[in-house]
Amino acid sequence: MSNTNEILERLTTESYEYGFVTDIEMDIAPKGLNEEIVRFISHEKNEPDWLLQWRLKGLHHFQKSEMPHWQNFRMPEIDFQSISYYAAPAKKTKLNSLDDVDPELLATFEKLGIPINEQKALTGVAVDVVFDSVSVKTTFREKLQELGIIFCSFSEAVREYPGLVKKYLGSVVPYTDNVFAALNAAVASDGSFAYIPKGVRCPMELSTYFRINAQNTGQFERTLIIADEGSYVSYLEGCTAPMRDENQLHAAVVELIALGNAEIKYSTVQNWYPGDKEGKGGIYNFVTKRGICKGTNSKISWTQVETGSAITWKYPSVILRGDNSTGEFYSVALTKNRQIADTGTKMYHIGRNTRSRIISKGISAGHGSNSYRGLVQVGAGAENARNFTQCDSLLIGDECGAHTFPYIEAKNNSAIVEHEATTSKIGEDQIFYLKQRGIDTEKAVALIVNGYAKEVLNQLPMEFAVEAQKLLAISLEGSVG
Amino acid sequence: MLSIKNLQTSVDDKEILRGLNLEIRAGEVHALMGPNGSGKSTLAAALTGRDNYNVTGGQVIFEGRNLLDLSPENRAREGVFLAFQYPVEIPGVSNINFLRTALNEIRKYRNLSPLESKEFLKLVKEKQKLVEFDVALSNRSLNEGFSGGEKKRNEIFQLAMLEPKLAILDETDSGLDIDALRIVAKGVNKLRTNDNAFIIITHYQRLLEYIVPDFVHVLYNGQIVKSGGKELALELEEKGYDWLKEESKERELV
Ligand SMILES: Nc1ncnc2c1ncn2[C@@H]1O[C@H](COP(=O)(O)OP(=O)(O)OP(=O)(O)O)[C@@H](O)[C@H]1O
Ligand SMILES: [Mg+2]
Repeated sequence: MSNTNEILERLTTESYEYGFVTDIEMDIAPKGLNEEIVRFISHEKNEPDWLLQWRLKGLHHFQKSEMPHWQNFRMPEIDFQSISYYAAPAKKTKLNSLDDVDPELLATFEKLGIPINEQKALTGVAVDVVFDSVSVKTTFREKLQELGIIFCSFSEAVREYPGLVKKYLGSVVPYTDNVFAALNAAVASDGSFAYIPKGVRCPMELSTYFRINAQNTGQFERTLIIADEGSYVSYLEGCTAPMRDENQLHAAVVELIALGNAEIKYSTVQNWYPGDKEGKGGIYNFVTKRGICKGTNSKISWTQVETGSAITWKYPSVILRGDNSTGEFYSVALTKNRQIADTGTKMYHIGRNTRSRIISKGISAGHGSNSYRGLVQVGAGAENARNFTQCDSLLIGDECGAHTFPYIEAKNNSAIVEHEATTSKIGEDQIFYLKQRGIDTEKAVALIVNGYAKEVLNQLPMEFAVEAQKLLAISLEGSVG
Repeated sequence: MLSIKNLQTSVDDKEILRGLNLEIRAGEVHALMGPNGSGKSTLAAALTGRDNYNVTGGQVIFEGRNLLDLSPENRAREGVFLAFQYPVEIPGVSNINFLRTALNEIRKYRNLSPLESKEFLKLVKEKQKLVEFDVALSNRSLNEGFSGGEKKRNEIFQLAMLEPKLAILDETDSGLDIDALRIVAKGVNKLRTNDNAFIIITHYQRLLEYIVPDFVHVLYNGQIVKSGGKELALELEEKGYDWLKEESKERELV
């Protein structure tokens, strides 16, 4: 299959479409991590003292933390002192309308296809746009406010809704959770904040678009979403970064809180710069995402499509505290060239009759390495807990790797935990079958991969499912072989 | 339509087709028979451009073009269709979506615009009826979990949808129950026109009772060792292949 191999090779090594740099005047903090920097960031953001104190605790915890060692790849040496922890477009005035946004920035988001202009926006999607360390613009705020829904940048929430932020910040992911969570607490830049009041069904998708632009900086956003009793919200995040030869760190924390009968659907389309063919450059994506189903009958559902980043290390989890609560995790992770993904989920069953469902689809091409790591924990009091895990790996070519590390800890005998796993290869016979029907290799692979990932893609909001399908196809361009 | 001259094909350096000649004109149906391992599927693979099937000699002209110069997908787009002996399963890809992609890729190659949804669905309905294909199957994932016979019938449904000039049916009859065999044969007969042609690979005379061939060829040891009319199939059914094997051995000795 030499011929097919070549095309596949080309397909999966194709370049990255969002790799451009925006030339804009930036305020960038000096490199290095210390108390002074933490104070500087807090000051830049006009934060209250309690938040500064919390950041400092995070910093001190970070300073005594060790890097994790259990992941299925060699943790790269990250020189935390060579990173700048704050970068913002120079224009400081508060942005009241789009006219206040730097035209270069507007052009950037136009180029990225981000609907920053409400008139031209996708109907039914409100967007918060985060550029390096600050939120640039949140659309449809007023419209949402009429329903009592708060959707704004994290910094604004700190200023305008300090009560809510103080109550929930760090309540699901404490700064002591892991080294990156500690780092994030210390230097958290901007992110999104959403609060859905009791009984309200959010009528539009809320979404945040993250863009890293500046050099030698990291992005450390913090996102907090609270769904009050009986409310519903669907939230989506997307992200891209320029192509750069050195690795850049992205260490975000996302916390979700679902009260009684509330539902949060959180979707991610992660397309950070993955590095080049030889594995040079790319984003180190070390992210802590966790939600708590606090009330009875609540539900949290994570859906992720991970195609970017040099290294992805993330385990979006759900604490099933409320009785009858449900946690879901749907994931497609694609690695090609020298990309590494070690991703999965943790489901903590605490309440009675709690349910969790895990569907993980790994796709590895080139020299990519893809690991699923999952924990299903059933507490002693979690009567009648149920989990179903389906964990599939698809291999493209002979040099990639797929691994699964499922952990089950059940302390209650009534628990039923099911695990299924498969590994398959894109067959030369499948590709030939499609070619014999007039479909070229590139399209054939896209069809096969999208078919394979369908169960997960179906979970995405419509507008984004189509985008995600294209993204998978584009990401695989050049890798089939 | 198709002219195969002295075709030689090897797999893993093993020579399988050893100088095969065949002429097919538009409107004709050719049956290709021969013992297991004689090279029938290899011929189909060589004509459709499957990797690892290396054509080491000879030429194939299809509609005035050198077929062997084209990529597999372009051969398909030019109008060569293979109903596979072993159709593959492609999980999660809906049958209909796949057909639509295929049809539009072929149309694009011929500078036609893609079919509108409505037209496409109309076509699907029409062809489903023509080959009596189960609607439920066309909405499922491509061959996933299909029974052996259902897969074969799906091949014929695809054939009906894509309307190729040359269709090669590789043992489409094996695995079909008696009724399905008749339905498939009926479908093929309806699809026959003066402008297209069929190569029907089969082991059994039975299919040829329904789809009456203009010519019957026997492939043995990588060559066509005997050609005749439809009676030849009957003769083979009766006598088997030994007499032809003997004849061909004698010829080689000479
Ligand atoms: N991919 C392959 N690798 C190795 N040998 C092969 C391959 N494909 C075909 N062959 C060999 O080539 C010969 C011809 O095979 P082919 O499948 O063309 O036979 P056939 O006439 O279609 O037989 P059947 O009636 O059993 O379908 C056989 O000896 C077979 O083992
Ligand atoms: Mg065969």
